[in-house]
Amino acid sequence: MKNLGSVMVAYMIGWGVFFVYFVSVARRTADLRKDVERLKETLTRGK
Amino acid sequence: MTAKVLSAAAVVFLLGASAYGAFFVAPNELTMGIVQRIFYLHAPCGMTALAAFMLCFVGNLGYLFKREAKWDWLGVSCAEVGLAFCTVVLLRGPIWAKPAWGVYWAWDARLTSTLVLWLLYLSYLILRTMVDDPDRRALISSFYGVFIFLDVPLVYGSIWWWRTQHPQPVVFTSGGLNPEMRKIFYLSWLSLTALMVLLIRQRYELEAVRAEAQILTREAEAA
Repeated sequence: MKNLGSVMVAYMIGWGVFFVYFVSVARRTADLRKDVERLKETLTRGK
Repeated sequence: MTAKVLSAAAVVFLLGASAYGAFFVAPNELTMGIVQRIFYLHAPCGMTALAAFMLCFVGNLGYLFKREAKWDWLGVSCAEVGLAFCTVVLLRGPIWAKPAWGVYWAWDARLTSTLVLWLLYLSYLILRTMVDDPDRRALISSFYGVFIFLDVPLVYGSIWWWRTQHPQPVVFTSGGLNPEMRKIFYLSWLSLTALMVLLIRQRYELEAVRAEAQILTREAEAA
Protein backbone atom coordinates (compact mmCIF):
# COMPACT_ATOMS: atom_id res chain seq x y z
CA MET A 1 0.00 0.00 0.00
CA LYS A 2 2.97 2.31 -0.68
CA ASN A 3 1.84 5.78 -1.86
CA LEU A 4 -1.79 5.27 -0.74
CA GLY A 5 -1.51 8.61 1.07
CA SER A 6 -0.53 10.35 -2.19
CA VAL A 7 -3.53 8.84 -3.98
CA MET A 8 -5.89 9.93 -1.19
CA VAL A 9 -4.44 13.48 -1.17
CA ALA A 10 -4.73 13.67 -4.98
CA TYR A 11 -8.42 12.70 -4.85
CA MET A 12 -9.21 14.95 -1.88
CA ILE A 13 -7.61 17.96 -3.60
CA GLY A 14 -9.75 17.35 -6.68
CA TRP A 15 -13.03 17.05 -4.80
CA GLY A 16 -12.06 19.94 -2.51
CA VAL A 17 -11.43 22.38 -5.38
CA PHE A 18 -14.68 21.42 -7.15
CA PHE A 19 -16.73 21.58 -3.94
CA VAL A 20 -15.38 25.01 -2.96
CA TYR A 21 -15.98 26.31 -6.51
CA PHE A 22 -19.54 24.90 -6.58
CA VAL A 23 -20.38 26.51 -3.22
CA SER A 24 -18.79 29.85 -4.21
CA VAL A 25 -20.84 30.06 -7.43
CA ALA A 26 -24.04 29.08 -5.57
CA ARG A 27 -23.38 31.75 -2.92
CA ARG A 28 -22.62 34.46 -5.47
CA THR A 29 -25.82 33.58 -7.34
CA ALA A 30 -27.91 33.63 -4.13
CA ASP A 31 -26.47 37.04 -3.13
CA LEU A 32 -27.22 38.48 -6.57
CA ARG A 33 -30.77 37.08 -6.47
CA LYS A 34 -31.31 38.91 -3.16
CA ASP A 35 -30.02 42.13 -4.78
CA VAL A 36 -32.40 41.63 -7.72
CA GLU A 37 -35.38 41.15 -5.38
CA ARG A 38 -34.39 44.23 -3.36
CA LEU A 39 -34.02 46.33 -6.53
CA LYS A 40 -37.39 45.13 -7.84
CA GLU A 41 -39.03 46.12 -4.54
CA THR A 42 -37.35 49.55 -4.63
CA LEU A 43 -38.53 50.14 -8.20
CA THR A 44 -42.11 48.98 -7.43
CA ARG A 45 -42.27 51.28 -4.39
CA GLY A 46 -40.99 54.20 -6.47
CA LYS A 47 -43.75 53.88 -9.08
CA MET B 1 -35.37 23.45 -8.55
CA THR B 2 -36.14 19.70 -8.50
CA ALA B 3 -34.38 19.23 -11.85
CA LYS B 4 -31.32 21.01 -10.45
CA VAL B 5 -31.22 18.83 -7.34
CA LEU B 6 -31.71 15.69 -9.43
CA SER B 7 -28.94 16.60 -11.88
CA ALA B 8 -26.57 17.43 -8.99
CA ALA B 9 -27.45 14.10 -7.33
CA ALA B 10 -26.78 12.26 -10.62
CA VAL B 11 -23.36 13.93 -10.90
CA VAL B 12 -22.48 13.05 -7.29
CA PHE B 13 -23.55 9.44 -7.94
CA LEU B 14 -21.38 9.25 -11.08
CA LEU B 15 -18.39 10.76 -9.27
CA GLY B 16 -18.85 8.30 -6.39
CA ALA B 17 -19.13 5.37 -8.80
CA SER B 18 -15.97 6.41 -10.66
CA ALA B 19 -14.03 6.84 -7.39
CA TYR B 20 -15.24 3.40 -6.25
CA GLY B 21 -14.14 1.94 -9.59
CA ALA B 22 -10.73 3.61 -9.40
CA PHE B 23 -10.06 2.38 -5.84
CA PHE B 24 -11.76 -1.02 -5.68
CA VAL B 25 -12.41 -2.33 -9.19
CA ALA B 26 -9.44 -1.27 -11.35
CA PRO B 27 -6.51 -3.71 -11.25
CA ASN B 28 -3.18 -2.65 -9.78
CA GLU B 29 -0.71 -1.39 -12.37
CA LEU B 30 2.49 -3.47 -12.26
CA THR B 31 5.17 -0.77 -12.59
CA MET B 32 3.76 2.12 -10.55
CA GLY B 33 1.48 0.22 -8.19
CA ILE B 34 -1.33 1.99 -6.36
CA VAL B 35 -0.23 5.53 -7.26
CA GLN B 36 -1.28 4.85 -10.88
CA ARG B 37 -4.91 5.12 -9.66
CA ILE B 38 -4.49 8.91 -9.81
CA PHE B 39 -4.63 8.43 -13.60
CA TYR B 40 -8.42 7.80 -13.50
CA LEU B 41 -9.01 11.35 -12.36
CA HIS B 42 -5.94 13.13 -13.68
CA ALA B 43 -6.22 12.33 -17.40
CA PRO B 44 -10.03 12.85 -17.71
CA CYS B 45 -9.68 16.06 -15.68
CA GLY B 46 -7.16 17.41 -18.20
CA MET B 47 -9.36 16.40 -21.13
CA THR B 48 -12.40 18.02 -19.51
CA ALA B 49 -10.44 21.24 -18.93
CA LEU B 50 -9.55 21.35 -22.65
CA ALA B 51 -13.22 20.69 -23.56
CA ALA B 52 -14.30 23.62 -21.34
CA PHE B 53 -11.75 25.92 -23.00
CA MET B 54 -13.00 24.77 -26.40
CA LEU B 55 -16.56 25.74 -25.37
CA CYS B 56 -15.17 29.07 -24.17
CA PHE B 57 -13.69 29.56 -27.65
CA VAL B 58 -17.12 28.80 -29.18
CA GLY B 59 -18.69 31.38 -26.84
CA ASN B 60 -16.05 33.99 -27.74
CA LEU B 61 -16.49 33.40 -31.48
CA GLY B 62 -20.28 33.45 -31.04
CA TYR B 63 -20.08 36.87 -29.40
CA LEU B 64 -17.79 38.27 -32.09
CA PHE B 65 -20.20 37.19 -34.82
CA LYS B 66 -23.59 37.74 -33.14
CA ARG B 67 -22.84 40.39 -30.48
CA GLU B 68 -25.37 38.80 -28.11
CA ALA B 69 -24.63 38.77 -24.37
CA LYS B 70 -25.51 35.07 -23.94
CA TRP B 71 -22.39 34.10 -25.95
CA ASP B 72 -20.24 36.18 -23.64
CA TRP B 73 -21.88 34.52 -20.62
CA LEU B 74 -21.03 31.13 -22.13
CA GLY B 75 -17.44 32.25 -22.72
CA VAL B 76 -16.80 33.46 -19.18
CA SER B 77 -18.62 30.48 -17.61
CA CYS B 78 -16.54 27.97 -19.56
CA ALA B 79 -13.29 29.88 -18.90
CA GLU B 80 -13.88 29.83 -15.14
CA VAL B 81 -14.94 26.17 -15.05
CA GLY B 82 -12.03 25.19 -17.33
CA LEU B 83 -9.68 27.04 -15.00
CA ALA B 84 -11.03 25.07 -12.01
CA PHE B 85 -10.36 21.79 -13.85
CA CYS B 86 -6.92 22.99 -14.98
CA THR B 87 -6.10 23.96 -11.36
CA VAL B 88 -6.91 20.42 -10.23
CA VAL B 89 -4.69 19.01 -13.01
CA LEU B 90 -1.77 21.24 -11.99
CA LEU B 91 -2.17 20.43 -8.28
CA ARG B 92 -2.67 16.71 -8.76
CA GLY B 93 0.00 16.15 -11.40
CA PRO B 94 2.96 16.79 -9.06
CA ILE B 95 1.49 14.38 -6.46
CA TRP B 96 1.68 11.63 -9.10
CA ALA B 97 4.97 12.89 -10.58
CA LYS B 98 6.96 12.64 -7.34
CA PRO B 99 6.59 8.85 -6.85
CA ALA B 100 6.58 8.14 -10.61
CA TRP B 101 9.42 10.41 -11.83
CA GLY B 102 11.21 11.27 -8.59
CA VAL B 103 10.49 15.01 -9.02
CA TYR B 104 7.35 17.11 -8.47
CA TRP B 105 7.76 19.14 -11.63
CA ALA B 106 9.62 18.98 -14.96
CA TRP B 107 9.76 21.91 -17.38
CA ASP B 108 8.77 19.74 -20.33
CA ALA B 109 6.47 20.83 -23.15
CA ARG B 110 3.23 19.32 -21.76
CA LEU B 111 3.61 20.60 -18.21
CA THR B 112 4.89 24.03 -19.23
CA SER B 113 2.21 24.60 -21.90
CA THR B 114 -0.46 23.56 -19.35
CA LEU B 115 0.88 26.05 -16.81
CA VAL B 116 0.90 28.74 -19.52
CA LEU B 117 -2.71 27.78 -20.38
CA TRP B 118 -3.73 28.20 -16.73
CA LEU B 119 -2.04 31.63 -16.59
CA LEU B 120 -3.67 32.71 -19.87
CA TYR B 121 -7.22 31.88 -18.72
CA LEU B 122 -6.53 33.47 -15.33
CA SER B 123 -5.50 36.64 -17.19
CA TYR B 124 -8.72 36.36 -19.28
CA LEU B 125 -10.76 36.50 -16.05
CA ILE B 126 -8.62 39.31 -14.59
CA LEU B 127 -8.99 41.30 -17.83
CA ARG B 128 -12.79 41.12 -17.47
CA THR B 129 -12.63 42.75 -14.04
CA MET B 130 -10.78 45.74 -15.52
CA VAL B 131 -13.52 46.85 -17.96
CA ASP B 132 -16.79 48.24 -16.53
CA ASP B 133 -18.91 48.59 -19.67
CA PRO B 134 -20.51 45.15 -20.34
CA ASP B 135 -20.43 45.44 -24.17
CA ARG B 136 -16.83 46.62 -24.25
CA ARG B 137 -15.83 43.95 -21.71
CA ALA B 138 -17.48 41.23 -23.80
CA LEU B 139 -15.82 42.44 -27.01
CA ILE B 140 -12.30 42.77 -25.56
CA SER B 141 -12.45 39.47 -23.69
CA SER B 142 -13.85 37.66 -26.75
CA PHE B 143 -10.94 38.84 -28.91
CA TYR B 144 -8.52 37.86 -26.15
CA GLY B 145 -10.29 34.50 -25.64
CA VAL B 146 -9.95 33.60 -29.32
CA PHE B 147 -6.25 34.50 -29.20
CA ILE B 148 -5.41 32.51 -26.04
CA PHE B 149 -7.23 29.43 -27.33
CA LEU B 150 -4.17 28.92 -29.56
CA ASP B 151 -2.46 27.31 -26.54
CA VAL B 152 -5.09 24.53 -26.32
CA PRO B 153 -3.95 22.58 -29.43
CA LEU B 154 -0.37 23.22 -28.28
CA VAL B 155 -1.08 21.51 -24.94
CA TYR B 156 -2.85 18.64 -26.68
CA GLY B 157 -0.18 18.05 -29.33
CA SER B 158 2.88 18.71 -27.12
CA ILE B 159 3.43 15.04 -26.27
CA TRP B 160 3.62 14.15 -29.98
CA TRP B 161 5.55 17.16 -31.24
CA TRP B 162 8.26 17.27 -28.58
CA ARG B 163 10.10 14.74 -26.44
CA THR B 164 8.50 15.05 -23.00
CA GLN B 165 8.78 13.62 -19.52
CA HIS B 166 4.99 13.32 -19.60
CA PRO B 167 3.92 9.88 -20.93
CA GLN B 168 2.41 9.29 -24.36
CA PRO B 169 -1.38 8.66 -24.48
CA VAL B 170 -2.50 5.13 -23.60
CA VAL B 171 -6.28 5.39 -23.87
CA PHE B 172 -6.91 5.81 -27.59
CA THR B 173 -4.14 3.48 -28.70
CA SER B 174 -4.61 -0.25 -29.29
CA GLY B 175 -3.27 -2.41 -26.47
CA GLY B 176 -2.33 0.64 -24.39
CA LEU B 177 -4.68 0.03 -21.50
CA ASN B 178 -6.15 -3.01 -19.78
CA PRO B 179 -9.89 -3.34 -20.72
CA GLU B 180 -10.91 -3.12 -17.04
CA MET B 181 -8.83 0.05 -16.64
CA ARG B 182 -10.32 1.46 -19.83
CA LYS B 183 -13.89 1.03 -18.48
CA ILE B 184 -13.03 2.88 -15.26
CA PHE B 185 -11.32 5.60 -17.29
CA TYR B 186 -14.43 6.14 -19.45
CA LEU B 187 -16.66 6.20 -16.35
CA SER B 188 -14.41 8.86 -14.78
CA TRP B 189 -14.42 10.86 -17.99
CA LEU B 190 -18.23 10.70 -18.15
CA SER B 191 -18.58 11.77 -14.50
CA LEU B 192 -16.19 14.72 -14.90
CA THR B 193 -17.91 15.81 -18.13
CA ALA B 194 -21.25 15.72 -16.28
CA LEU B 195 -19.67 17.79 -13.48
CA MET B 196 -18.35 20.27 -16.07
CA VAL B 197 -21.83 20.69 -17.62
CA LEU B 198 -23.38 21.16 -14.16
CA LEU B 199 -20.81 23.80 -13.18
CA ILE B 200 -21.08 25.65 -16.51
CA ARG B 201 -24.88 25.76 -16.22
CA GLN B 202 -24.65 27.10 -12.67
CA ARG B 203 -22.02 29.69 -13.62
CA TYR B 204 -24.05 30.75 -16.69
CA GLU B 205 -27.06 31.32 -14.44
CA LEU B 206 -24.91 33.55 -12.21
CA GLU B 207 -23.97 35.66 -15.23
CA ALA B 208 -27.63 35.95 -16.30
CA VAL B 209 -28.69 37.09 -12.79
CA ARG B 210 -25.77 39.57 -12.73
CA ALA B 211 -26.95 41.08 -16.03
CA GLU B 212 -30.50 41.41 -14.64
CA ALA B 213 -29.12 43.10 -11.51
CA GLN B 214 -27.14 45.57 -13.64
CA ILE B 215 -30.23 46.51 -15.68
CA LEU B 216 -32.31 47.00 -12.52
CA THR B 217 -29.54 49.08 -10.90
CA ARG B 218 -29.48 51.38 -13.94
CA GLU B 219 -33.29 51.68 -13.81
CA ALA B 220 -33.19 52.46 -10.07
CA GLU B 221 -30.53 55.12 -10.63
CA ALA B 222 -32.53 56.70 -13.45
CA ALA B 223 -35.79 56.73 -11.45
